[in-house]
Amino acid sequence: MIERIADLVNADPAIQRWGRGMKDTFMVEVDAEQFLLSVDDGKIKSVETGPFVQRSWRFAIRAKRECWERFWQKTPDPGWHDLFALLRRGDVSFEGDQRVLMAYLLYIKLVLAAPRRA
Amino acid sequence: MKLEPIVGRYFDFNGSRLYFEEAGSGIPLVCLHTAGSDARQYRGVLNDAEITKRFRVIAFDMPWHGKSSPPAGWHKDDYRLTTDTYTELIMGVIRELGLERPVVMGCSIGGRIVLNLALKHAKDLRALIGLQSAAYVERYYDASWLDHPEVHGGRACGAIAYGLMSPLSPEREVWETAWHYMQGGPGVFTGDLFFYQVEGDIRARIGAIDTSICPLYMLTGEYDYSASPRDTHAAAEHIKGAKVTIMSGLGHFPMSENPERFLDYLRPVLDEIRKSGSEPD
Repeated sequence: MIERIADLVNADPAIQRWGRGMKDTFMVEVDAEQFLLSVDDGKIKSVETGPFVQRSWRFAIRAKRECWERFWQKTPDPGWHDLFALLRRGDVSFEGDQRVLMAYLLYIKLVLAAPRRA
Repeated sequence: MKLEPIVGRYFDFNGSRLYFEEAGSGIPLVCLHTAGSDARQYRGVLNDAEITKRFRVIAFDMPWHGKSSPPAGWHKDDYRLTTDTYTELIMGVIRELGLERPVVMGCSIGGRIVLNLALKHAKDLRALIGLQSAAYVERYYDASWLDHPEVHGGRACGAIAYGLMSPLSPEREVWETAWHYMQGGPGVFTGDLFFYQVEGDIRARIGAIDTSICPLYMLTGEYDYSASPRDTHAAAEHIKGAKVTIMSGLGHFPMSENPERFLDYLRPVLDEIRKSGSEPD
């Protein structure tokens, strides 16, 4: 699913506009599997698959595979439909630079929800 | 051109220039918007001919919100909503507008404060409707980021509100609702959340609510994870006679994110309130 995010986001200017000005790399964890997503002005420049050795990232969003799968349902169930819904469940953790995450929160939410449309 | 029936006016309220909108005539129905938003959330209720035939619907912008101004000197201090200031505001507006035994309906922070109104002002009110009503919501994110010079408040507040809505709600209304949040002033949403997440914990007191004096309806959208159905049920367990309805397909802003669907739930409640009162039909 994560690998498809680049194509989905890069084809959707309505998502990209919320990431304008962002030039950063963030990590997404699905169970122990790691992905680094590099953002350049709202476009996803690359999605790399780990394991990584000494790579830097601005913030990381970690959750179990089951959690992401429920989040990526075409119409997710109540409590599984938003990044902060997962946060209130205690099923996702945010690490690293919270300021950048919060500054681009709408963009990050839209990017991570993009696989629902795949 | 088709004009909406809604009319807006301003008045001075304790040093704040306060804005309210109204439509209809009959039993006064005062509507309380959510944290960091404004009375436009009730556009669907205010425009509903069936409701305004029998109810005078009034929705005001709290000071600092929408078209209502903050009090003079606002720039010197942080805005923080509390149980007392919120209760005084609502009862003050009711008094200033000369409303006799109104129904009060509030959402989120408004759904919380109706529980305090049930405790403190039941005799003065005809009925209470709590939308997304919970006795307490613990802090699961740090709301201070929503009022930070290096984070655009409008974008961040909009992102918070966006996620609280149902994926089944119509896109147009969802983004309208998010837009209201994007227009909020710096620190206002955070100041409201002080009441919602910190000061306004009413869990220890709700057992004393007497719904035989003032009926209490609790309507909660199933997609809300802030004041979730579980939170509403947890509160209702302690309030004898509270009538709970879980609204399918709706999120944290039922009246704004999907007015049509919400009105299907609201109209029967208002009918019941009207019929149980002594108003001539």
